[in-house]
Amino acid sequence: MAPFRLEARNAPSSLAKWLAPPLAAIAMVACGFVLFAVLGKDPVAALHAFFVAPVATRYGIGELLLKASPLALIATGLAIGYRANVWNIGAEGQLAVGAIAAGGVALALDASGPLVVLPLMFVAGALAGALWAAIPAWLRTRCNANEILTSLMLVYIATLLLSYMVHGPWRDPEGFNFPQSRMFAASALLPVIVEGTRLNAGTLVTLAVVAAAWLFVARTLVGFEMRVAGLAPGAAQYAGVSPAKVVWIGMLCGGACAGVAGVNEIAGPIGQLLPSVSPGYGFAAIIVAFVGRLHPAGIVVASLLMSLLYLGGEAAQVALALPSSITGLFQGTLLLFLLAADVLIHYRVRIGARTAMATP
Amino acid sequence: MIDTLVGIVALTLAAGTPLVIAALGELVVERSGVLNLGVEGMMLIGAVAGFIVTVHTHMPWLGVAAAIVAGAAMALVFAIVAVSLQANQVASGLALSLLGIGLSAFVGQPYVAAVVDPIKAINWPPLSSLPVLGPLLFAYNPLVYVSVALAAGVHLFLLHSRAGLVLRAVGESPRSAHAIGYRVLAIRYAAVLFGGACAGLAGAYLSLAFTPLWSEGMTSGRGWIALALVVFATWRPYRVLLGAWLFGAVTLAQFQVQAAGIEIAPQLLAMLPYAATIVVLAWMSRDAAAIRRHSPASLGKPFHPQR
Amino acid sequence: MTHGNARLELAGITKRYGDVVANDAIDLAVHAGEIHALLGENGAGKSTLSKIIYGVVRPDAGTLRWEGRAVEIASPGDARRLGIGMVFQHFSLFESLRVVDNIALGEDGPASGAALSASIRGISHAYGLPLDPSRYVHTMSVGERQRVEIVRCLLQSPKLLVMDEPTSVLTPQAVERLFATLRSLAAEGTAILYISHKLAEIRALCDRATILRDGRVTGECDPRAEDQASLARMMIGSDLPHPRHRAAIPGATMLAARALDLPAGDPFGTPLAGVDLDVRAGEIVGIAGISGNGQRELLAALSGERTTRADAVAIDGVGVGHLGIAARRRHGLAYVPEERQGRGAVPELSLADNTLLSASPQGLVRHGIVDRRATRARARDAIAAFRVKAAGPDALAETLSGGNLQKFILAREMQQSPKVLIAAQPTWGVDIGASAEIRQALVDLRDAGAAVLVVSEDLDELFEIADRIAVIARGRLSPAMPVTGTDPEAIGLAMAGEPGARAA
Repeated sequence: MAPFRLEARNAPSSLAKWLAPPLAAIAMVACGFVLFAVLGKDPVAALHAFFVAPVATRYGIGELLLKASPLALIATGLAIGYRANVWNIGAEGQLAVGAIAAGGVALALDASGPLVVLPLMFVAGALAGALWAAIPAWLRTRCNANEILTSLMLVYIATLLLSYMVHGPWRDPEGFNFPQSRMFAASALLPVIVEGTRLNAGTLVTLAVVAAAWLFVARTLVGFEMRVAGLAPGAAQYAGVSPAKVVWIGMLCGGACAGVAGVNEIAGPIGQLLPSVSPGYGFAAIIVAFVGRLHPAGIVVASLLMSLLYLGGEAAQVALALPSSITGLFQGTLLLFLLAADVLIHYRVRIGARTAMATP
Repeated sequence: MIDTLVGIVALTLAAGTPLVIAALGELVVERSGVLNLGVEGMMLIGAVAGFIVTVHTHMPWLGVAAAIVAGAAMALVFAIVAVSLQANQVASGLALSLLGIGLSAFVGQPYVAAVVDPIKAINWPPLSSLPVLGPLLFAYNPLVYVSVALAAGVHLFLLHSRAGLVLRAVGESPRSAHAIGYRVLAIRYAAVLFGGACAGLAGAYLSLAFTPLWSEGMTSGRGWIALALVVFATWRPYRVLLGAWLFGAVTLAQFQVQAAGIEIAPQLLAMLPYAATIVVLAWMSRDAAAIRRHSPASLGKPFHPQR
Repeated sequence: MTHGNARLELAGITKRYGDVVANDAIDLAVHAGEIHALLGENGAGKSTLSKIIYGVVRPDAGTLRWEGRAVEIASPGDARRLGIGMVFQHFSLFESLRVVDNIALGEDGPASGAALSASIRGISHAYGLPLDPSRYVHTMSVGERQRVEIVRCLLQSPKLLVMDEPTSVLTPQAVERLFATLRSLAAEGTAILYISHKLAEIRALCDRATILRDGRVTGECDPRAEDQASLARMMIGSDLPHPRHRAAIPGATMLAARALDLPAGDPFGTPLAGVDLDVRAGEIVGIAGISGNGQRELLAALSGERTTRADAVAIDGVGVGHLGIAARRRHGLAYVPEERQGRGAVPELSLADNTLLSASPQGLVRHGIVDRRATRARARDAIAAFRVKAAGPDALAETLSGGNLQKFILAREMQQSPKVLIAAQPTWGVDIGASAEIRQALVDLRDAGAAVLVVSEDLDELFEIADRIAVIARGRLSPAMPVTGTDPEAIGLAMAGEPGARAA
């Protein structure tokens, strides 16, 4: 029926496992080439404007790292859950709630010094994000409710909550009725760590969290148990791992990381609360987690690639007069190609129909 | 008083229709054992495709046809990745949704302020002007009637036809179905394409009849709610109708409350449908035994015929 | 008995899966009216061959001839059209559908409810396998489900009936009924291909036997003219091993269940009612029973995968019923579960990692961090203890054969010097050589003073190694009686829940 056949391998190919992401990236770029050509732009120039120009300056590299930071942070937290088949899709909402909590702290303590405000903001953000993720965790462990749908619904609720806060109770009285909070005091802003860029200390927080997560997954018993729960739930039961514990850890890690990412955003480049504090980082991080093979090192690389897609989209708006939603297009295509390339891990592809049976 | 009630019922049915169509499509897909999280993206692609075609041809029914084809085309991509290539169904569906959201926004950008001839509600003078029954039964948009007919059709198909029996068998145990000689992959492809077509149709209803306009992300999560509806309906077509209309009512509640002059911020009211989805999902899932009894046993698990 | 052309003839059939040659140039001939055995141990290639005959799998080389004509069987539909009926070992039934729906799915014509139901009733009664077409399959016992599979074939008036390991789920009495049905079918001219590894049954039932070993035909004979020893030699290449053991000298009770009740774990399970059990140190207690009678619930309750009242389960006198499996391991419990890949071991992880599944409390983890070196050393010891054929502690579990993985799991559990070992279906799907090693290991463990509980559907195995034997039927456990005081007939009756379950 089909022009190709899948033949199962004897053992999964780890070469294919690490080759698939670069293959997917190349396929995505090829698609981009075709897309630009179809849209009437010079494809090579367009690809250059999209992928190369944004990082050609020091400032550009700073932007690259600045956007990669929340992606890597959130993806790291999500990956812990994904490895255990706990599907937290609500990171975008957990980020928003983290931002709300941290923003509340910043607005309330704007007279205090940075050594007090910033740590409190981080704590508040992490707790709020974890709490928002605790809702789907509780619903899954108590009511068996699918966490994909519940965490997603909470994204809409969280975004509406943020919108409500900046339109209403927390609106800047001197803001000319724009939906935004007061600008935060300097003590509530993350210091810039590289001159000439907007790169701030939040990136250091991200690196610390990624390193800690790496240790957790690779070396601790609990990290091992999470992996087993995802690979073979029966074996996890046999080992005495509580399924509820797995769900809680999986969801809370993602939620806390997303909450911290929210803090990074509002204490960094944004500096206040707005109706939207994230251009879809929570969803893009899901892609980063998959493309990064749920592994901290892979996630870091994938987050750089995804960040480049964001920068490219912004550049495309200016240089090519294309809508910025082109970013979402590339992101979705990347994930799709990755999933397609993943087939090579467990199967060999044989072209052509089955050969006829030989007669002796 | 009666008029207000009739009006509310009519609006409820109208608001619930996209959910009915999308959820019925997903129900068929899940009955074959495949979980399609791409419904939201497919609805948006259908909405934008239908809208664009209608803008250029001024024929809304042609737009509907285009939406159906577009939804099915996206579903074909999903089928290739999730059914043939055995990729993780959760990730594949999400990828399709993200792609659909991005692609529809990109393609629809130039059409945001455009105006179309919508699909108008039917108007049969003798019947539609009856005092109560008129607006209650005979004054809807044609796609509303399509949605009810679809529910009946899916029910008949699943429970009273041989093809439906085979589909249910595939959903319960693809390995056994394959051992008997059924082409599991082909059957799943057909189910997924049907689901995509329905999602496209539901999107077209939104952009060509219900609102009618195009804006980025205009489905506002209805695709996800449709997924929850399938669980709420325990995979049975008539219960989908009930659930979708209940959601239609909840969606309308926001506007009713505002119209009644109660002072609640619009954002908080807008949370209602999503909060209701969570509550309903939690309530239905509590009875794990019932879910296990009715849900297709192979849902979400990939199948590879070892030949 | 055999005249002219064989009904089905295979010549040079070969099938490869990657590096593994499942079938190697196999020749086989089945004649009308003949009951032909395909004999071989687990892993010899019987299932693959039967799938080729039924069109589920295509061979890489070789020919098939049906009544003298060369044919290609490209799908189960082709096989059915030729007149081949197949009763699978692992039933291909749909639990949530009714009997008539299941049979309609297996047919090619339109599904007519009333006419089909009438045929089902007629044929099933005529052959001594009565069925009610409107019953839902999930309400039926395993033996009844097999009847559905058989009747599904009979409705097509097959010329060749293939039966794959049909008696592994039947009591001795049900086996007799099945044999009577098969003999009457053969008398009517149907050819029967009977696939099994049970020597005694084949000698009782079959006219001819083709023996497979490692994918090749190693012999063809009349089984009634051979004795079990010669058949075994053709099947495994050497003599049947027998475990050595001295009589048991039981000590204190190490594992006890008192009035153990447990609701079913899922809608299709069996609840436990008032189970009483004692396993003493230095003895092996066997629990016989047909699958689906509560074994899964009993194993879950005893191992700790499911918890209950504290005093319902006791290890060495201490009530542990309320504790989970990890805590019970601290009290001296070890457990070899029925499913190797997916419960006893994670296929995608290495043997070293798999050691952590049950042995982590034994010095392999410090302050929450895994001690990699100690874990690998542990795995190496387990591999050496049972001469497991594996590349080393870093080999992935899925690369091991069934027998080797089972040996590794058993070694891992025995390494913990447990007071109590529970083993479920310890030699299911394992080749004869490894099975013998495993049974010997269980006996050795008993001799070293541990209390061993073996839950198995293989009556021969239980009679070989157990000291006392009990029967589980419909969630109730019979008292355990000494093996010497009973026999398979009596146990068979008890398994079916019929009276007269006492010692013969």
